[in-house]
Amino acid sequence: MNFYLLTVLKTAVVAAALLTTLAYLQWIERKVIAHIQIRMGPYRVGPHGLLQPLADVIKLLTKEDLIPAHVNKFFYMLAPFLAVSLALISIAVIPFGPEIEIGGTRTWMQLTDLNIGILFLLAISSVSVYGIALGGWASNNKYSLLGSLRSAAQMISYELPLGLALAAPLLMAGTLSLREIVYAQSGYWFGMIPKWAVFQMPAPQVIGFLIFLIAAFAETNRLPFDLPEAENELVAGFHTEYSSMKFASFFMAEYANMVTITAVATTVFLGGWMAPFPAEYGSRLVPTAVLGLAGALALYHGFHPLRPRDRRTLPVVGVVFLVLAGVFLLPAVQSWLLPLFWFLAKTGALLFLFIWVRGTLPRFRYDQLMRFGWKFLFPVAVVNLFATALLVALFG
Amino acid sequence: MDTFLFLIFAAIAVGCGVIVVSQRHPIHSAISLIGVMGSLAVLYLLLGAEFIAATQVLVYAGAVMVLFLFVIMLLNAGVEPPGGKSWPVRLLGIPLLVVLLGVVSFLIRGWIPVKETVVFGSFTGGGPRDVGGALFTEYLLPFEIVSVLILVAILGAVVLGGKEID
Repeated sequence: MNFYLLTVLKTAVVAAALLTTLAYLQWIERKVIAHIQIRMGPYRVGPHGLLQPLADVIKLLTKEDLIPAHVNKFFYMLAPFLAVSLALISIAVIPFGPEIEIGGTRTWMQLTDLNIGILFLLAISSVSVYGIALGGWASNNKYSLLGSLRSAAQMISYELPLGLALAAPLLMAGTLSLREIVYAQSGYWFGMIPKWAVFQMPAPQVIGFLIFLIAAFAETNRLPFDLPEAENELVAGFHTEYSSMKFASFFMAEYANMVTITAVATTVFLGGWMAPFPAEYGSRLVPTAVLGLAGALALYHGFHPLRPRDRRTLPVVGVVFLVLAGVFLLPAVQSWLLPLFWFLAKTGALLFLFIWVRGTLPRFRYDQLMRFGWKFLFPVAVVNLFATALLVALFG
Repeated sequence: MDTFLFLIFAAIAVGCGVIVVSQRHPIHSAISLIGVMGSLAVLYLLLGAEFIAATQVLVYAGAVMVLFLFVIMLLNAGVEPPGGKSWPVRLLGIPLLVVLLGVVSFLIRGWIPVKETVVFGSFTGGGPRDVGGALFTEYLLPFEIVSVLILVAILGAVVLGGKEID
Protein backbone atom coordinates (compact mmCIF):
# COMPACT_ATOMS: atom_id res chain seq x y z
CA MET A 1 0.00 0.00 0.00
CA ASN A 2 1.01 3.55 -0.57
CA PHE A 3 3.40 4.71 2.17
CA TYR A 4 1.66 8.05 2.71
CA LEU A 5 -1.83 6.54 2.79
CA LEU A 6 -0.67 3.90 5.27
CA THR A 7 0.97 6.50 7.49
CA VAL A 8 -2.14 8.68 7.49
CA LEU A 9 -4.29 5.65 8.36
CA LYS A 10 -2.00 4.57 11.20
CA THR A 11 -1.83 8.11 12.55
CA ALA A 12 -5.62 8.39 12.46
CA VAL A 13 -6.04 5.10 14.34
CA VAL A 14 -3.46 5.98 16.98
CA ALA A 15 -4.82 9.52 17.42
CA ALA A 16 -8.40 8.31 17.78
CA ALA A 17 -7.39 5.59 20.24
CA LEU A 18 -5.23 7.99 22.26
CA LEU A 19 -7.87 10.72 22.50
CA THR A 20 -10.54 8.22 23.54
CA THR A 21 -8.16 6.79 26.12
CA LEU A 22 -7.53 10.28 27.49
CA ALA A 23 -11.25 10.92 27.91
CA TYR A 24 -11.92 7.56 29.55
CA LEU A 25 -8.77 7.63 31.65
CA GLN A 26 -10.32 10.55 33.45
CA TRP A 27 -13.51 8.54 34.02
CA ILE A 28 -11.47 5.58 35.29
CA GLU A 29 -9.52 7.86 37.60
CA ARG A 30 -12.67 9.37 39.07
CA LYS A 31 -14.21 5.91 39.52
CA VAL A 32 -11.11 4.35 41.10
CA ILE A 33 -10.52 7.25 43.47
CA ALA A 34 -14.20 7.25 44.38
CA HIS A 35 -14.03 3.55 45.26
CA ILE A 36 -10.81 4.10 47.25
CA GLN A 37 -12.70 6.74 49.23
CA ILE A 38 -15.85 4.54 49.47
CA ARG A 39 -17.95 6.71 47.16
CA MET A 40 -19.78 5.90 43.94
CA GLY A 41 -18.08 8.36 41.58
CA PRO A 42 -19.79 9.48 38.36
CA TYR A 43 -23.05 7.55 38.11
CA ARG A 44 -25.72 9.70 36.44
CA VAL A 45 -24.74 10.05 32.77
CA GLY A 46 -25.14 6.65 31.16
CA PRO A 47 -24.79 3.28 32.94
CA HIS A 48 -22.16 3.64 35.70
CA GLY A 49 -21.43 7.15 34.41
CA LEU A 50 -19.92 5.74 31.21
CA LEU A 51 -21.06 8.73 29.14
CA GLN A 52 -19.63 11.21 31.64
CA PRO A 53 -16.49 11.93 29.50
CA LEU A 54 -18.73 12.76 26.54
CA ALA A 55 -20.80 15.11 28.68
CA ASP A 56 -17.62 16.74 29.97
CA VAL A 57 -16.32 17.26 26.44
CA ILE A 58 -19.60 18.84 25.33
CA LYS A 59 -19.61 21.09 28.38
CA LEU A 60 -16.03 22.23 27.81
CA LEU A 61 -16.58 22.80 24.09
CA THR A 62 -19.72 24.87 24.46
CA LYS A 63 -18.63 26.90 27.47
CA GLU A 64 -17.82 30.56 26.89
CA ASP A 65 -14.14 31.03 26.08
CA LEU A 66 -13.24 33.68 28.60
CA ILE A 67 -10.06 35.75 28.20
CA PRO A 68 -9.41 37.84 31.31
CA ALA A 69 -8.59 41.49 30.63
CA HIS A 70 -5.25 41.56 32.44
CA VAL A 71 -3.51 38.66 30.68
CA ASN A 72 -0.75 38.73 28.10
CA LYS A 73 -2.95 37.60 25.22
CA PHE A 74 -0.39 36.03 22.90
CA PHE A 75 1.26 33.82 25.48
CA TYR A 76 -2.04 33.15 27.22
CA MET A 77 -3.31 31.61 23.97
CA LEU A 78 -0.01 29.94 23.09
CA ALA A 79 0.50 28.12 26.41
CA PRO A 80 -2.35 25.55 26.27
CA PHE A 81 -1.64 24.92 22.59
CA LEU A 82 2.03 24.22 23.39
CA ALA A 83 1.14 22.01 26.33
CA VAL A 84 -1.30 19.78 24.49
CA SER A 85 0.56 19.51 21.18
CA LEU A 86 3.86 18.61 22.83
CA ALA A 87 2.10 16.10 25.06
CA LEU A 88 0.40 14.36 22.12
CA ILE A 89 3.51 14.25 19.89
CA SER A 90 5.54 11.77 21.91
CA ILE A 91 3.19 8.83 21.26
CA ALA A 92 4.57 8.79 17.69
CA VAL A 93 7.71 6.85 18.63
CA ILE A 94 6.15 4.33 21.03
CA PRO A 95 6.09 0.78 19.61
CA PHE A 96 2.83 -1.05 20.37
CA GLY A 97 3.82 -4.32 18.74
CA PRO A 98 6.03 -6.08 16.17
CA GLU A 99 5.82 -5.98 12.39
CA ILE A 100 2.46 -7.36 11.30
CA GLU A 101 0.68 -8.26 8.10
CA ILE A 102 -2.93 -7.20 7.47
CA GLY A 103 -4.46 -7.98 4.10
CA GLY A 104 -1.08 -8.45 2.41
CA THR A 105 0.38 -5.19 3.73
CA ARG A 106 3.33 -5.42 6.09
CA THR A 107 3.66 -2.65 8.61
CA TRP A 108 5.04 -1.94 12.08
CA MET A 109 2.70 -1.29 14.99
CA GLN A 110 4.49 1.98 15.58
CA LEU A 111 4.09 5.33 13.86
CA THR A 112 7.78 5.93 13.32
CA ASP A 113 11.01 4.45 14.61
CA LEU A 114 13.79 6.96 15.20
CA ASN A 115 17.33 5.87 15.96
CA ILE A 116 17.30 8.67 18.54
CA GLY A 117 13.90 7.60 19.90
CA ILE A 118 14.66 7.95 23.62
CA LEU A 119 16.43 11.27 23.08
CA PHE A 120 13.42 12.51 21.12
CA LEU A 121 11.14 11.61 24.04
CA LEU A 122 13.43 13.31 26.55
CA ALA A 123 13.70 16.39 24.33
CA ILE A 124 9.92 16.67 24.01
CA SER A 125 9.42 16.18 27.73
CA SER A 126 12.04 18.81 28.54
CA VAL A 127 10.37 21.34 26.22
CA SER A 128 6.87 20.60 27.48
CA VAL A 129 7.49 22.61 30.66
CA TYR A 130 7.00 25.79 28.60
CA GLY A 131 3.27 25.22 28.30
CA ILE A 132 2.84 25.33 32.07
CA ALA A 133 5.49 27.99 32.70
CA LEU A 134 4.13 30.40 30.08
CA GLY A 135 0.51 29.76 31.01
CA GLY A 136 1.20 30.70 34.62
CA TRP A 137 3.22 33.75 33.72
CA ALA A 138 0.84 35.06 31.03
CA SER A 139 -2.16 34.78 33.38
CA ASN A 140 -0.73 37.73 35.33
CA ASN A 141 -1.94 36.24 38.59
CA LYS A 142 0.34 35.59 41.55
CA TYR A 143 -1.07 32.12 42.24
CA SER A 144 -0.60 31.11 38.63
CA LEU A 145 2.92 32.50 38.57
CA LEU A 146 3.86 30.65 41.77
CA GLY A 147 2.41 27.46 40.32
CA SER A 148 4.37 27.74 37.11
CA LEU A 149 7.60 28.63 38.92
CA ARG A 150 7.20 25.56 41.09
CA SER A 151 6.49 23.48 38.03
CA ALA A 152 9.58 24.72 36.18
CA ALA A 153 11.86 24.06 39.16
CA GLN A 154 10.31 20.67 39.80
CA MET A 155 10.53 19.49 36.21
CA ILE A 156 14.16 20.55 35.85
CA SER A 157 15.06 18.84 39.11
CA TYR A 158 13.36 15.54 38.34
CA GLU A 159 14.40 15.36 34.70
CA LEU A 160 17.93 14.47 35.82
CA PRO A 161 17.04 11.31 37.79
CA LEU A 162 14.55 10.43 35.05
CA GLY A 163 17.20 10.62 32.32
CA LEU A 164 19.83 8.82 34.40
CA ALA A 165 17.39 6.04 35.29
CA LEU A 166 16.57 5.63 31.59
CA ALA A 167 20.25 5.53 30.64
CA ALA A 168 20.98 2.39 32.70
CA PRO A 169 18.79 -0.07 30.73
CA LEU A 170 20.00 1.57 27.51
CA LEU A 171 23.52 0.43 28.43
CA MET A 172 22.30 -3.17 28.31
CA ALA A 173 20.17 -2.71 25.19
CA GLY A 174 22.95 -0.85 23.34
CA THR A 175 20.57 1.25 21.23
CA LEU A 176 18.36 4.34 21.45
CA SER A 177 15.68 3.06 19.08
CA LEU A 178 12.62 2.04 21.09
CA ARG A 179 11.83 -0.86 18.76
CA GLU A 180 15.30 -2.35 19.20
CA ILE A 181 15.15 -1.76 22.95
CA VAL A 182 12.11 -4.04 23.07
CA TYR A 183 13.83 -6.68 20.95
CA ALA A 184 16.85 -6.54 23.28
CA GLN A 185 14.48 -7.67 26.06
CA SER A 186 13.02 -10.67 24.20
CA GLY A 187 13.62 -14.24 25.37
CA TYR A 188 13.50 -15.93 28.79
CA TRP A 189 15.99 -16.95 31.47
CA PHE A 190 15.73 -20.71 32.25
CA GLY A 191 12.77 -20.69 29.85
CA MET A 192 10.68 -18.96 32.51
CA ILE A 193 11.77 -15.49 33.65
CA PRO A 194 11.44 -12.81 30.95
CA LYS A 195 14.59 -10.91 29.96
CA TRP A 196 12.96 -7.54 30.62
CA ALA A 197 15.26 -4.76 31.80
CA VAL A 198 13.98 -5.19 35.37
CA PHE A 199 15.14 -8.82 35.31
CA GLN A 200 17.97 -8.41 32.79
CA MET A 201 21.41 -9.81 33.63
CA PRO A 202 24.04 -8.64 34.54
CA ALA A 203 22.34 -5.64 36.19
CA PRO A 204 18.60 -6.00 36.95
CA GLN A 205 17.10 -2.51 36.81
CA VAL A 206 14.70 -2.77 39.76
CA ILE A 207 16.11 0.34 41.43
CA GLY A 208 16.29 2.14 38.09
CA PHE A 209 12.63 1.33 37.47
CA LEU A 210 11.59 2.69 40.88
CA ILE A 211 13.60 5.89 40.33
CA PHE A 212 12.00 6.27 36.92
CA LEU A 213 8.52 5.83 38.35
CA ILE A 214 9.06 8.36 41.14
CA ALA A 215 10.53 10.90 38.72
CA ALA A 216 7.63 10.19 36.36
CA PHE A 217 5.15 11.21 39.06
CA ALA A 218 7.01 14.50 39.42
CA GLU A 219 7.32 15.06 35.65
CA THR A 220 3.60 14.63 35.12
CA ASN A 221 2.75 16.87 38.09
CA ARG A 222 0.77 14.12 39.78
CA LEU A 223 0.26 13.52 43.45
CA PRO A 224 2.35 13.26 45.62
CA PHE A 225 4.23 15.88 43.56
CA ASP A 226 1.34 18.03 42.30
CA LEU A 227 2.64 21.24 43.86
CA PRO A 228 2.16 23.31 40.67
CA GLU A 229 -1.60 23.00 41.16
CA ALA A 230 -1.82 22.50 44.92
CA GLU A 231 -5.39 23.71 45.31
CA ASN A 232 -5.28 24.52 49.02
CA GLU A 233 -2.28 26.81 48.52
CA LEU A 234 -2.56 28.15 44.98
CA VAL A 235 -6.27 28.05 44.03
CA ALA A 236 -5.59 25.89 40.94
CA GLY A 237 -2.00 26.85 40.22
CA PHE A 238 -0.97 27.59 36.67
CA HIS A 239 -4.45 27.09 35.15
CA THR A 240 -6.41 29.27 37.59
CA GLU A 241 -7.27 31.82 34.89
CA TYR A 242 -8.12 29.30 32.18
CA SER A 243 -11.59 28.10 31.23
CA SER A 244 -13.39 26.14 28.52
CA MET A 245 -11.21 24.48 25.82
CA LYS A 246 -7.99 26.09 27.03
CA PHE A 247 -8.50 24.50 30.43
CA ALA A 248 -9.37 21.23 28.70
CA SER A 249 -6.09 21.44 26.76
CA PHE A 250 -4.08 21.57 29.98
CA PHE A 251 -6.15 18.72 31.33
CA MET A 252 -5.60 16.62 28.21
CA ALA A 253 -1.89 17.41 28.30
CA GLU A 254 -1.62 16.06 31.84
CA TYR A 255 -3.29 12.77 30.93
CA ALA A 256 -1.40 12.46 27.64
CA ASN A 257 1.87 12.90 29.54
CA MET A 258 0.76 10.17 31.92
CA VAL A 259 -0.01 7.79 29.06
CA THR A 260 3.30 8.55 27.35
CA ILE A 261 5.45 8.13 30.43
CA THR A 262 3.81 4.82 31.38
CA ALA A 263 4.23 3.63 27.78
CA VAL A 264 7.93 4.55 27.97
CA ALA A 265 8.29 2.70 31.28
CA THR A 266 6.64 -0.34 29.67
CA THR A 267 8.87 -0.16 26.61
CA VAL A 268 12.20 0.41 28.33
CA PHE A 269 11.81 -1.49 31.61
CA LEU A 270 9.00 -4.02 31.17
CA GLY A 271 9.80 -5.49 27.78
CA GLY A 272 7.22 -3.64 25.69
CA TRP A 273 4.86 -6.04 23.96
CA MET A 274 6.71 -9.21 25.10
CA ALA A 275 4.66 -11.75 27.07
CA PRO A 276 5.70 -12.27 30.72
CA PHE A 277 6.16 -16.02 30.24
CA PRO A 278 6.72 -18.18 27.14
CA ALA A 279 4.01 -19.48 24.83
CA GLU A 280 4.79 -23.12 25.83
CA TYR A 281 3.36 -22.35 29.25
CA GLY A 282 0.22 -20.94 27.70
CA SER A 283 0.81 -17.17 27.63
CA ARG A 284 -1.32 -17.12 24.46
CA LEU A 285 -4.36 -18.16 26.48
CA VAL A 286 -4.05 -15.48 29.19
CA PRO A 287 -6.15 -12.80 27.39
CA THR A 288 -8.85 -15.37 26.65
CA ALA A 289 -8.82 -16.58 30.25
CA VAL A 290 -8.97 -13.06 31.73
CA LEU A 291 -11.71 -11.85 29.39
CA GLY A 292 -13.61 -15.13 29.71
CA LEU A 293 -13.50 -14.91 33.50
CA ALA A 294 -14.74 -11.32 33.38
CA GLY A 295 -17.52 -12.36 31.00
CA ALA A 296 -18.55 -15.31 33.19
CA LEU A 297 -18.57 -13.09 36.29
CA ALA A 298 -20.75 -10.51 34.56
CA LEU A 299 -23.14 -13.22 33.37
CA TYR A 300 -23.37 -14.74 36.87
CA HIS A 301 -24.16 -11.37 38.45
CA GLY A 302 -26.59 -10.67 35.62
CA PHE A 303 -28.61 -13.76 36.51
CA HIS A 304 -28.31 -13.12 40.27
CA PRO A 305 -28.84 -9.35 40.20
CA LEU A 306 -28.24 -7.14 43.25
CA ARG A 307 -30.23 -4.31 41.64
CA PRO A 308 -33.12 -4.70 39.21
CA ARG A 309 -31.38 -3.01 36.30
CA ASP A 310 -28.37 -5.33 36.50
CA ARG A 311 -30.62 -8.01 34.96
CA ARG A 312 -30.64 -6.00 31.73
CA THR A 313 -27.10 -4.52 31.60
CA LEU A 314 -24.76 -7.19 32.95
CA PRO A 315 -25.65 -10.05 30.55
CA VAL A 316 -24.86 -7.71 27.62
CA VAL A 317 -21.49 -6.84 29.16
CA GLY A 318 -20.83 -10.53 29.80
CA VAL A 319 -21.57 -11.52 26.20
CA VAL A 320 -19.32 -8.72 24.88
CA PHE A 321 -16.46 -9.97 27.05
CA LEU A 322 -17.01 -13.58 25.99
CA VAL A 323 -16.97 -12.58 22.30
CA LEU A 324 -13.74 -10.65 22.87
CA ALA A 325 -12.29 -13.71 24.62
CA GLY A 326 -13.20 -15.76 21.54
CA VAL A 327 -11.58 -13.24 19.19
CA PHE A 328 -8.25 -13.71 20.98
CA LEU A 329 -8.35 -17.41 19.99
CA LEU A 330 -8.51 -16.71 16.22
CA PRO A 331 -5.08 -17.44 14.72
CA ALA A 332 -5.57 -14.76 12.03
CA VAL A 333 -5.63 -11.87 14.52
CA GLN A 334 -3.52 -13.42 17.30
CA SER A 335 -0.28 -12.21 15.71
CA TRP A 336 -1.14 -8.57 16.36
CA LEU A 337 -3.76 -8.74 19.12
CA LEU A 338 -1.52 -10.60 21.58
CA PRO A 339 1.37 -8.10 21.52
CA LEU A 340 -1.13 -5.27 21.75
CA PHE A 341 -2.80 -6.98 24.72
CA TRP A 342 0.47 -7.33 26.64
CA PHE A 343 1.51 -3.76 25.87
CA LEU A 344 -1.85 -2.36 26.95
CA ALA A 345 -1.95 -4.61 30.02
CA LYS A 346 1.43 -3.37 31.27
CA THR A 347 0.70 0.27 30.46
CA GLY A 348 -2.73 -0.03 32.03
CA ALA A 349 -1.30 -1.55 35.20
CA LEU A 350 1.13 1.36 35.52
CA LEU A 351 -1.66 3.88 34.88
CA PHE A 352 -3.68 2.21 37.61
CA LEU A 353 -0.67 2.60 39.90
CA PHE A 354 -0.62 6.34 39.11
CA ILE A 355 -4.28 6.62 40.09
CA TRP A 356 -3.85 4.40 43.14
CA VAL A 357 -0.98 6.57 44.40
CA ARG A 358 -3.10 9.68 43.89
CA GLY A 359 -5.84 8.16 46.01
CA THR A 360 -3.43 7.08 48.74
CA LEU A 361 -0.53 9.47 49.34
CA PRO A 362 -0.60 13.02 50.71
CA ARG A 363 1.25 15.86 49.00
CA PHE A 364 4.92 16.64 49.67
CA ARG A 365 5.96 19.98 51.09
CA TYR A 366 7.97 22.04 48.60
CA ASP A 367 11.29 21.87 50.48
CA GLN A 368 10.80 18.13 50.99
CA LEU A 369 10.25 17.74 47.26
CA MET A 370 13.48 19.54 46.38
CA ARG A 371 15.52 17.81 49.08
CA PHE A 372 14.21 14.40 48.04
CA GLY A 373 14.94 15.05 44.38
CA TRP A 374 18.45 16.41 44.72
CA LYS A 375 19.80 14.71 47.83
CA PHE A 376 18.29 11.27 47.48
CA LEU A 377 16.91 10.45 44.04
CA PHE A 378 19.70 12.03 42.00
CA PRO A 379 22.64 10.34 43.86
CA VAL A 380 20.85 6.99 43.80
CA ALA A 381 20.28 7.34 40.05
CA VAL A 382 23.97 8.17 39.51
CA VAL A 383 25.10 5.19 41.59
CA ASN A 384 22.65 2.94 39.75
CA LEU A 385 24.03 4.12 36.40
CA PHE A 386 27.66 3.60 37.46
CA ALA A 387 26.95 0.16 38.91
CA THR A 388 25.14 -0.86 35.73
CA ALA A 389 27.98 0.46 33.58
CA LEU A 390 30.53 -1.48 35.65
CA LEU A 391 28.54 -4.71 35.53
CA VAL A 392 27.92 -4.39 31.79
CA ALA A 393 31.61 -3.71 31.18
CA LEU A 394 32.64 -6.74 33.30
CA PHE A 395 30.04 -9.32 32.28
CA GLY A 396 28.06 -7.79 29.41
CA MET B 1 11.51 19.16 -0.28
CA ASP B 2 14.73 19.45 1.76
CA THR B 3 15.57 22.83 0.26
CA PHE B 4 12.03 23.99 0.93
CA LEU B 5 12.23 22.93 4.59
CA PHE B 6 15.67 24.50 4.87
CA LEU B 7 14.37 27.83 3.58
CA ILE B 8 11.38 27.78 5.94
CA PHE B 9 13.36 26.97 9.07
CA ALA B 10 16.28 29.22 8.14
CA ALA B 11 13.78 32.06 7.76
CA ILE B 12 12.21 31.20 11.14
CA ALA B 13 15.63 31.09 12.78
CA VAL B 14 16.65 34.47 11.38
CA GLY B 15 13.26 36.01 12.12
CA CYS B 16 13.29 34.79 15.72
CA GLY B 17 16.88 35.99 16.04
CA VAL B 18 15.84 39.48 14.97
CA ILE B 19 12.94 39.41 17.44
CA VAL B 20 15.31 38.40 20.28
CA VAL B 21 17.17 41.70 19.98
CA SER B 22 14.27 43.91 18.93
CA GLN B 23 11.76 42.97 21.66
CA ARG B 24 11.73 45.07 24.80
CA HIS B 25 10.23 42.45 27.07
CA PRO B 26 12.71 39.82 28.36
CA ILE B 27 10.16 36.98 28.22
CA HIS B 28 9.40 37.69 24.55
CA SER B 29 13.11 37.65 23.80
CA ALA B 30 13.61 34.39 25.68
CA ILE B 31 10.76 32.67 23.81
CA SER B 32 12.15 33.89 20.48
CA LEU B 33 15.52 32.47 21.46
CA ILE B 34 13.80 29.11 22.00
CA GLY B 35 12.40 29.48 18.48
CA VAL B 36 15.95 30.02 17.19
CA MET B 37 17.18 26.89 19.03
CA GLY B 38 14.28 24.82 17.72
CA SER B 39 14.77 25.82 14.10
CA LEU B 40 18.52 25.24 14.42
CA ALA B 41 17.69 21.71 15.60
CA VAL B 42 15.59 21.19 12.46
CA LEU B 43 18.51 22.42 10.31
CA TYR B 44 20.83 19.90 12.03
CA LEU B 45 18.26 17.22 11.32
CA LEU B 46 18.18 18.17 7.64
CA LEU B 47 21.96 17.88 7.50
CA GLY B 48 21.80 14.34 8.91
CA ALA B 49 23.01 15.11 12.44
CA GLU B 50 20.16 13.53 14.42
CA PHE B 51 22.05 13.23 17.68
CA ILE B 52 23.12 16.88 17.65
CA ALA B 53 19.56 17.91 16.80
CA ALA B 54 18.10 15.99 19.74
CA THR B 55 20.70 17.28 22.20
CA GLN B 56 20.20 20.81 20.87
CA VAL B 57 16.55 20.66 21.88
CA LEU B 58 17.22 18.70 25.06
CA VAL B 59 20.02 20.89 26.41
CA TYR B 60 19.49 24.36 24.96
CA ALA B 61 15.74 24.64 24.37
CA GLY B 62 14.86 22.30 27.24
CA ALA B 63 17.27 22.96 30.08
CA VAL B 64 19.18 26.19 29.53
CA MET B 65 16.25 28.26 28.32
CA VAL B 66 13.94 26.94 31.05
CA LEU B 67 16.46 28.25 33.57
CA PHE B 68 16.59 31.60 31.76
CA LEU B 69 12.82 31.82 31.77
CA PHE B 70 12.73 30.75 35.40
CA VAL B 71 15.09 33.54 36.42
CA ILE B 72 13.24 36.13 34.34
CA MET B 73 9.93 35.10 35.89
CA LEU B 74 11.40 34.94 39.40
CA LEU B 75 12.91 38.42 39.18
CA ASN B 76 9.72 39.63 37.47
CA ALA B 77 11.77 41.64 34.97
CA GLY B 78 9.56 44.21 33.28
CA VAL B 79 9.58 45.95 29.93
CA GLU B 80 12.83 47.73 29.12
CA PRO B 81 12.33 51.47 28.63
CA PRO B 82 13.28 52.54 25.11
CA GLY B 83 16.80 53.95 25.15
CA GLY B 84 17.26 57.56 24.04
CA LYS B 85 18.92 57.24 20.66
CA SER B 86 21.28 59.97 19.51
CA TRP B 87 20.91 61.25 15.92
CA PRO B 88 23.95 59.41 14.41
CA VAL B 89 22.48 56.11 15.67
CA ARG B 90 19.10 56.82 14.10
CA LEU B 91 20.67 57.96 10.85
CA LEU B 92 23.44 55.41 10.34
CA GLY B 93 22.24 52.32 12.30
CA ILE B 94 20.47 50.37 9.59
CA PRO B 95 22.77 51.31 6.65
CA LEU B 96 25.85 50.32 8.69
CA LEU B 97 24.18 47.02 9.66
CA VAL B 98 23.53 46.24 5.99
CA VAL B 99 27.15 47.07 5.13
CA LEU B 100 28.42 44.83 7.95
CA LEU B 101 26.23 41.91 6.83
CA GLY B 102 27.40 42.39 3.24
CA VAL B 103 31.09 42.41 4.19
CA VAL B 104 30.74 39.33 6.44
CA SER B 105 28.84 37.32 3.82
CA PHE B 106 31.36 38.36 1.16
CA LEU B 107 34.26 37.17 3.32
CA ILE B 108 32.54 33.87 4.14
CA ARG B 109 31.86 33.25 0.45
CA GLY B 110 35.49 33.95 -0.27
CA TRP B 111 36.79 31.49 2.35
CA ILE B 112 34.59 28.55 1.54
CA PRO B 113 35.26 26.87 -1.84
CA VAL B 114 32.23 27.21 -4.09
CA LYS B 115 32.43 23.63 -5.39
CA GLU B 116 31.68 22.01 -2.01
CA THR B 117 28.01 22.83 -1.68
CA VAL B 118 25.98 20.93 0.88
CA VAL B 119 23.77 18.13 -0.41
CA PHE B 120 20.94 17.24 1.94
CA GLY B 121 20.93 13.58 2.87
CA SER B 122 24.52 12.91 1.79
CA PHE B 123 25.89 12.80 5.36
CA THR B 124 24.80 9.79 7.38
CA GLY B 125 27.29 9.63 10.26
CA GLY B 126 25.25 11.70 12.70
CA GLY B 127 23.60 8.95 14.73
CA PRO B 128 24.32 8.45 18.43
CA ARG B 129 26.59 5.47 17.72
CA ASP B 130 28.85 7.45 15.36
CA VAL B 131 29.01 10.52 17.58
CA GLY B 132 29.72 8.42 20.68
CA GLY B 133 32.39 6.44 18.88
CA ALA B 134 34.15 9.56 17.64
CA LEU B 135 33.85 11.28 21.02
CA PHE B 136 35.37 8.44 23.06
CA THR B 137 38.14 7.38 20.66
CA GLU B 138 39.33 10.08 18.30
CA TYR B 139 38.41 13.14 20.33
CA LEU B 140 38.79 11.73 23.85
CA LEU B 141 41.34 14.30 25.04
CA PRO B 142 39.38 17.41 23.92
CA PHE B 143 36.24 15.84 25.36
CA GLU B 144 37.87 15.29 28.75
CA ILE B 145 39.38 18.79 28.75
CA VAL B 146 35.97 20.30 28.05
CA SER B 147 34.41 18.32 30.90
CA VAL B 148 37.12 19.58 33.28
CA LEU B 149 36.40 23.13 32.08
CA ILE B 150 32.71 22.66 32.80
CA LEU B 151 33.55 21.27 36.24
CA VAL B 152 35.60 24.40 36.96
CA ALA B 153 32.68 26.56 35.84
CA ILE B 154 30.30 24.64 38.13
CA LEU B 155 32.69 25.04 41.08
CA GLY B 156 32.86 28.76 40.35
CA ALA B 157 29.08 28.99 40.27
CA VAL B 158 28.80 27.12 43.58
CA VAL B 159 31.39 29.41 45.22
CA LEU B 160 29.66 32.53 43.90
CA GLY B 161 26.16 31.35 44.71
CA GLY B 162 26.86 29.67 48.07
CA LYS B 163 26.25 31.47 51.32
CA GLU B 164 29.40 32.84 52.87
CA ILE B 165 30.64 30.80 55.80
CA ASP B 166 32.54 32.76 58.42
